[in-house]
Amino acid sequence: MSATEPVLTDAPATTGRAGAPPRRRLSTRLLRSELRLIAGRRRNQMGLLVLAAVPVLIAVAVRISSPREGRGPDFLSSITSNGLFVPLAALGVELGLFLPLAIAMLAGDSVAGEANLGTLRYLLTVPVGRTRLLVTKYVSLMIGALWGVAVVVLAGSVAGIALFGTGPMLTLSGTEIPFGSAVWRVVLVSLYIAAGLAALGAVGLFISTLTEQPLAATVALMIFTILSWIADSVPQIAWLHPWLLVDQWMAFGDLLRDPPFWDNVSQGLWVDLAYAVVFGSLAWARFAGKDITS
Amino acid sequence: MTRALEAVRTSAPGTNRPDLAIASRGLTKRFGGKAAVDAVDLVVPRGSVYGFLGPNGSGKTTTIRMLLGLVRPSAGTSSLLGERIPQGGQHVLPLVGSLVEGPAFHPYLSGRANLQRLDAADLTADPRTARQRIDTALDRVGLLAAAGKRYRAYSLGMRQRLAIAAALLRPRELLVLDEPTNGLDPQGTREVRHLVASLASDGTTVFVSSHLLSEVEQMCTHLGVMRDGRLVAQGSVSEVRGGAAPTARVLTEQPTVAAQILSQLGLSGVETVPGGVRGAPDGIAPERIVAALVEGGVGVKEFTVTSPSLEDLFLSLTGEGFDVSD
Repeated sequence: MSATEPVLTDAPATTGRAGAPPRRRLSTRLLRSELRLIAGRRRNQMGLLVLAAVPVLIAVAVRISSPREGRGPDFLSSITSNGLFVPLAALGVELGLFLPLAIAMLAGDSVAGEANLGTLRYLLTVPVGRTRLLVTKYVSLMIGALWGVAVVVLAGSVAGIALFGTGPMLTLSGTEIPFGSAVWRVVLVSLYIAAGLAALGAVGLFISTLTEQPLAATVALMIFTILSWIADSVPQIAWLHPWLLVDQWMAFGDLLRDPPFWDNVSQGLWVDLAYAVVFGSLAWARFAGKDITS
Repeated sequence: MTRALEAVRTSAPGTNRPDLAIASRGLTKRFGGKAAVDAVDLVVPRGSVYGFLGPNGSGKTTTIRMLLGLVRPSAGTSSLLGERIPQGGQHVLPLVGSLVEGPAFHPYLSGRANLQRLDAADLTADPRTARQRIDTALDRVGLLAAAGKRYRAYSLGMRQRLAIAAALLRPRELLVLDEPTNGLDPQGTREVRHLVASLASDGTTVFVSSHLLSEVEQMCTHLGVMRDGRLVAQGSVSEVRGGAAPTARVLTEQPTVAAQILSQLGLSGVETVPGGVRGAPDGIAPERIVAALVEGGVGVKEFTVTSPSLEDLFLSLTGEGFDVSD
C-alpha cells in the first residue's frame, strides 16, 4: 500500500451559484494533516520520549556494569564492541509492551477519538468518503508504527555508538560481520518489527470503529496483545501458535544470524499480512455503513 | 385550525427535483423499534431560508444527520441539491456547509489549524487559496483575532463561531445549520441572524434548525415544524401562519349591538368578551367593519385585527411548550 490516497475520478460537474463545479483531485493533504495531528499531540511526543529513553537506559546500564577491556569474558566484550546491540536489545524489550501500547494509543485516536470529539461527523460531511478516511487512518497508523520503531532504533544507535563504538558485530551464529552489514541488519529488523506493529494497527483500527471511547479501544487492543503473548507461551495450545500475530515477532533475531534465517520471518510476515487484510476488511465492513451518531 | 394545517402539509414530493435544495420522502429512522423520525417529507426550495423547528428531542438532529448521510434512514429517501443521499454525497456535499449538533474540533489545535484540517480533507478545495479562504471565513464570524488560540481555550460562543466559519470555508449553495445560535449571547445571536440574511441575499439556501422560534422567526421565508418525529406543518411563513385565522376585536360599551352588526357583516365566530366583542373577519376589510360599526351608532373605543403570533401557533402545533419531547 502506498502512502498516497486512492485515486479518485473527477466528479461530474454540478453547476450552481457557488461558482466552479467541485472537481476532485488526487491529494495527500489529508494524510499530511493526519500526520501533523499525530506528531503535534503532546501525549504522542511524550510517548516517543519514553520509547527513546529505553535504549538509552540499556546503553548506560550495560556501559556501567560491563567489565573493563581484557578482563571480562570474551563473549560480552564482543557484543559490546558494537553499539548496534543497543537498538536491537531495546526493540526486543519494547516489543512486549511499549511499542504495542504506542500503536494502541494511535489506533484509539484514529476513529474512536474522532468520534469522541465529534470531529468525525465534520470530516464525513466535508465530505471525506468513508473508505478514503479509513485508508488514510490506516496509512497513518502504518507510518506511526515505522516512526515508533525508528525512534527506538535511532536513539539506541546514537547511544550505543557513542558508548560502544562501531566495531564488528557478533551474529547469533557466532561469526562477526562488519559494521556496514550490521547497519543493514538493523534496518531489516526495524522493517520486520514495523510490519508486525502495522498488522496490530489493523486490529486496532477495527476496534476503533466499534466504540466512541478512544481509551476503550486502546485498552482493548492492549488486552488483545497481552492475551496473544500469554497464549503464545502456553505449550498446551501449540496448535494455535502459528495463528497468533505475536508468535513470530521475536523471530527478528533470525535476521541476526549469518546468513539470515528466513523461514520464521517470512511466516511472520504472512501472518502480519493476513491480520492486516482480515481486520482491515472488518474495519471497513463496520465503518462503511455505520450510523454516525456522535 | 387543524384543517388549515393539513392543507399546509405538502404532499410527498419527488426527491430529485432540481428546484429543491432539500427534499425527502417518507424519511424514517427507527432506533430500537421507536421511530425518532417518522415519514418526514421535507420540501426546501432553493433560495429559501427554512426554519426547522421543534422541541429538543423531536427528531430534528436525526433528520439532519440523515440528510447529510451520517445516519442511514430506516425507510424513505432524501436528496440534497437534486443528488440522492448518501449515493451522491461525495459530489454534492462540497457545496453544502453544515453545522451539526454543535461545534466539534480538536482541542489542542488552534482555531485556524482546525479549519486547515477540514480544508485539507476536502479533495475539491484548492490548497493554494486555503490560507486566504480560511482567514476570510474566520473574519466573517469575527474570530480572526483569536485564530491562533487553541480551541480548548475558546468560549462556547467562540466555538460556535468557529463551527460556522467551517461551514463557510468555501462558497456554498446550501447551508445546514443545526442550532447555530446555541451558546451565543444576544449580540452573537443577532450577528448570526445578519450573517444568515447576508448569505441568503447572495442566493444561498439556508436550512436552520432551532428549538426557539424567536431566534429564527425573523429570518425565515419557510418553516417546518417537527413534533415527536413527525413534520406537523411546513410551507412558506405566510402559508403556515395562514393556517390560523386573524381575529377582529372591538372595545365598546354596546357589545350586543356591535355583535349584531358584526354577524350581519359576515364575520364568523362572533362572541362577546369582557369590554367588547370579537370575531374572525374572514377577509372582510377592517375599514368596512369600522364604518359599519360607526353607522350603526356603536361607540368604538378601540378596534384591532390581530393574527395569532407564530409563537401561539407553534405552541398549539407542538402541543406543549418547547420542552423535551419524550
